Amino acid sequence: MSNEENNKEMKGLLRQAIVPAQDTELRRDLWPQMLRRLEEQPAPVVSVPWFDWVLAAILSVVLVFFPGSMLALLYHL
Amino acid sequence: MELLERFAAGDLEAFEELFREHQKEVYAWIVRIVRDHGIAEDLTVETFWRIYRSRARFEAAGNFRAWARRIATNAALDHLRHSRRETELPEDLASAAVADPAVRRETRGRIKQAFFQLPAKYRLVATLALIEEEPYNHIAEAAGISTALVKVRVFRAVRMLRKKLNSLGVEANVK
Repeated sequence: MSNEENNKEMKGLLRQAIVPAQDTELRRDLWPQMLRRLEEQPAPVVSVPWFDWVLAAILSVVLVFFPGSMLALLYHL
Repeated sequence: MELLERFAAGDLEAFEELFREHQKEVYAWIVRIVRDHGIAEDLTVETFWRIYRSRARFEAAGNFRAWARRIATNAALDHLRHSRRETELPEDLASAAVADPAVRRETRGRIKQAFFQLPAKYRLVATLALIEEEPYNHIAEAAGISTALVKVRVFRAVRMLRKKLNSLGVEANVK
């Protein structure tokens, strides 16, 4: 039996028990609910992961002691 | 400035306008996946919350409708992953009165049971492809996967369902 025939068979079987959604109409305006959500949970402030701070600190130290490495760093960026 | 540009810049009025324009469509898509009005309403709000949060990543020249549908599909999929598998289909959307009366209630129960035991990503494509008869390319676009992968998931979902139905004593003549 081909895939399409398999799907057709299973579709028929499934639809005997689970009918396609008939009523998909939204019953009310959800904007008030959305506003509440926006008030409750303000958009998160973008946070920088700790390891990025560690990397930045290491780079800063390297640049202080070896300023010549700046050119190599810029080359690799 | 265009509506989508204002939205991407964080204008709340632009977001409200987009919300009012697309809420019905987003809700209708979600309710076909989760098949419960209350959950679909919550997930519609969740979808727009995700949209609002990631507005900076939205390209104003892009297709808002397609973007919203993809986020809605992900929200619905997250719900399917976290909801209990034993949950019954709500009767308002899977009304026994509409189903084939020749099929016994017990058999219908077993078919639902097998269906609800499918892993979320297979249940998503099976619901949309086999029950809602949504074209594969629409499902692919909404789920952010290729049409070929949708076909593979439908194939695997059918195979899993057949095995489960056979183990539950329901004759499924598909190979």
